Amino acid sequence: MFVAGLFIRDGKASGDTLAEGGRKERELPGSPGDNGDSRDLAEALAGTLEIAGSTSMEHVTWALAESFMEEYPQVTVTVECIGSSAGIEAVAAERVQIGNTSRALKQGEQELGLVEVPMARDGIAVCVDPANLVKGITREQLGDIYAGRITNWQQLGGRDIPIVVIGREAGSGTRSAFEAYLGLSGQCRYANELDSAGAVLARIASIPGAIGYLSMAEADHGVRTLCLDGVEPCAGHVAEGRYPLARPFVMVAGEEDWEQNVLVRTWFTYVLGTKGQEIIEEIGLAGP
Amino acid sequence: MTGNPYTLHRRQIRPLELFGRAAIYGASSLSVFLLLGILCYIFWRGSRTVNVDFLTSVTSALKQTVGIGGNLVNTLYIAILTLLVAMPVGVGAAVYLDEYMSEGRGKALVEWAIEILAGVPSVVFGLFGMAFFGGVLHMGYSLLNGALTLCCMVLPLVVRNTQEALRAVPAEYRWGALGVGASRWHMVRTVLLPAARPGIVTGMILALGRIVGESAALLFTAGSGRFLPGLGRGIYRDLQALAGKVVCSGGTIAVELYLQMQSGRYEVAFGAACVLLVLVFIMQVLLRAVAGKGRRDE
Amino acid sequence: MTADKGVLAGAGRENRGRRMVADKVAEFCLAACAAVSFLAVAAIALYMIQGGMPAIREVGWKEILFGRVWDPVGTSPKFGIRSMIATTLVGTFLAALSAAAVGVLTAVFLAELAGERAAGIVGTTVDLLAGIPSVIYGLLGIYLLNPLMYRLERKIFAGSRTHQFTGGANLLCAVLVLAVMILPTVISVSVSAIRSVSEEVRASSLALGATRMQTIFRAVLPAARSGVAAAVVLGVGRAMGESMAVMLVAGNCVNTPGPFRSVRFLTTAIVSEMGYAQGTHRRMLYALGLVLFALITLVNGVVLGAMKKREVSM
Repeated sequence: MFVAGLFIRDGKASGDTLAEGGRKERELPGSPGDNGDSRDLAEALAGTLEIAGSTSMEHVTWALAESFMEEYPQVTVTVECIGSSAGIEAVAAERVQIGNTSRALKQGEQELGLVEVPMARDGIAVCVDPANLVKGITREQLGDIYAGRITNWQQLGGRDIPIVVIGREAGSGTRSAFEAYLGLSGQCRYANELDSAGAVLARIASIPGAIGYLSMAEADHGVRTLCLDGVEPCAGHVAEGRYPLARPFVMVAGEEDWEQNVLVRTWFTYVLGTKGQEIIEEIGLAGP
Repeated sequence: MTGNPYTLHRRQIRPLELFGRAAIYGASSLSVFLLLGILCYIFWRGSRTVNVDFLTSVTSALKQTVGIGGNLVNTLYIAILTLLVAMPVGVGAAVYLDEYMSEGRGKALVEWAIEILAGVPSVVFGLFGMAFFGGVLHMGYSLLNGALTLCCMVLPLVVRNTQEALRAVPAEYRWGALGVGASRWHMVRTVLLPAARPGIVTGMILALGRIVGESAALLFTAGSGRFLPGLGRGIYRDLQALAGKVVCSGGTIAVELYLQMQSGRYEVAFGAACVLLVLVFIMQVLLRAVAGKGRRDE
Repeated sequence: MTADKGVLAGAGRENRGRRMVADKVAEFCLAACAAVSFLAVAAIALYMIQGGMPAIREVGWKEILFGRVWDPVGTSPKFGIRSMIATTLVGTFLAALSAAAVGVLTAVFLAELAGERAAGIVGTTVDLLAGIPSVIYGLLGIYLLNPLMYRLERKIFAGSRTHQFTGGANLLCAVLVLAVMILPTVISVSVSAIRSVSEEVRASSLALGATRMQTIFRAVLPAARSGVAAAVVLGVGRAMGESMAVMLVAGNCVNTPGPFRSVRFLTTAIVSEMGYAQGTHRRMLYALGLVLFALITLVNGVVLGAMKKREVSM
């Protein structure tokens, strides 16, 4: 178990690892190691790369997958947004090559022999419906709302609308991070428990008086994000470490794949390279 | 009601009569309004989204396009794969049960098992497919996994319909064929199966309906991939790409509909719903045609 | 087949031999098909038991079935599914009840009162709707029913400090979606049950001086009773196994069922938590599958019982 850093960059990995050939892919023709034309490499790389995991990472992973496929036209990347734990489980069971998780690996998961690659940092944004008058919130107020002590927006200086408390399902990486921040692990009183970031977003947008939490990269114009303790959730504040509700986005791979699978290596090189990080920035996330 | 309920000439129960009529007419107009309303609403909403682009393109986060082309291909793929496996197995099992096996405990056991299978909720099929085909057999999230899981799901449908059709074939057909010296397999192949064809096709179309509409069992097995295979690079490459898709994840229209509606993209969801409805209707029309033909044949 | 016996006797014998082989091969293949069907069931049963039993043994079935708290990821996890079972039972029962009330009366109209053309048109629509994928009903529920329900909720509980507002996602909403979903099935099976009541029953009732309504409610429906019951129970089976349509409209929180409370069904618990579950939590979801399976098998048994009774009475 080790955490891999940014030791490969700019689309070129060292030769001996590339020449080994992947589990699922054909061997690369020629010797790609001697700094051969990267265009040829891109054309020759073929196969299917399967990614599964966190729903919070849906946007960023799809975007990366699409641009990766444009770069390497022979490669198919599939993305399944099934949840952090299921993603890790799928990698461990070798059902997919890469797992997405929006939290650090837990105790039991660390013994599975997986390589963790932090690829971005995310902030969990607290969102309300766009018509809500409340602009910011403190940690105490948030705790009172989620514990059921504050039930109307009037109590926070808003209009007289009941608060509809929306959250994620038990086991979600976003939920555990959020509840841990409030110190309310397992004690939140939800009115809706939904199983994806997109569903939370849709629900907040459609219910007047709703409040919920999701990855800041997933929040769009349908909802309004609240300042938390006076700090706006945005990539800049997360990168500076000022936004309190931040967490890593991690991609994990099997150790064998990480060392030998050309496709997996190329993927990580791409994601951590300039192009990948540009996309991550565009989506609205901070670098790892 | 008071007095003798069996009196013939008591007609003072007018209010009850009225109430009965009102209830019946009220309930039927409610159902008709509800059901017709649902149909019209979905077509009306869907018609705003569905166009050629929607049917042929692929939803993309980078290109900002919205479409279910990939899902359409996946749906066809899964439907064909599933039927390809489930039909022979199901029909074969039905023939063996009805024509070869003697009445007894063994037959009752198999029939009971198939009956149980029919009652399993689709989530459970999803769990099973994920653990067995996905985990033990290393298929991961793939169209193949989805198709095999759905096979288990539609198998009872096929077996039951085939059995019913076989039972409707008059016994004289069998005696006649065996009497002129046909072997049993010959009799099954040339007499029974053709005679039972309408029933078998009915089972197939019913199975197709379930395949097209299933989402819970597929989400965990076939996944939700939505890309089209890169085509247009020569026939050989195209075929290769299509064949390679079997091991890729792919969401059917119903799965995509679920995911889109969950994320609140209702326009896309209604478009997908509209396409799904049209598919189901085509199947119903086929079903009627087959059933009608079967009746005329008799 | 063999026309000229004298000349083709040898060939015929050889042919017969080959046919015998073909016959044996065919029988073997067919038997294999039957075996595969049986094995599929066995494998599913085995997998569910293998997946769920350890959790049941670990936590204890009493704790699971009657425990009130579902907190699968806490420091001391609790796996009580009492409220989920209650929700599943209450939800499907209410849905079946309302679908039965409306559906059977509609079936009566179609089978007894409607003209041939009206019955044809409505009957076709009903059959078409019986084939609609359930996600579509879920879509309509979340898009149309939820906002309406929220307005109603805010009217009813205006000013309440104790009520937890759910934004319209509640048991009532799920029941309505399920009821509409199984309505076509209930109608179309009931219609055939009512149509199969012999003409003599109606004729003798009418001849005794009973009115049309008396005939329907006192003679025809009792005669079609078991068929109608089978239709309703069929609907219950479908409603109980449904997951995708009700997940979003029910709110999905583990609560004791109440009309305006956010509730979770057994099926939706599996679908919504499968993605993130691990360890005992994950095995527990398989156990939920087992419980669901048992409930549905029970209902199915009732259907079969009703069908059998119907055959006997006919």
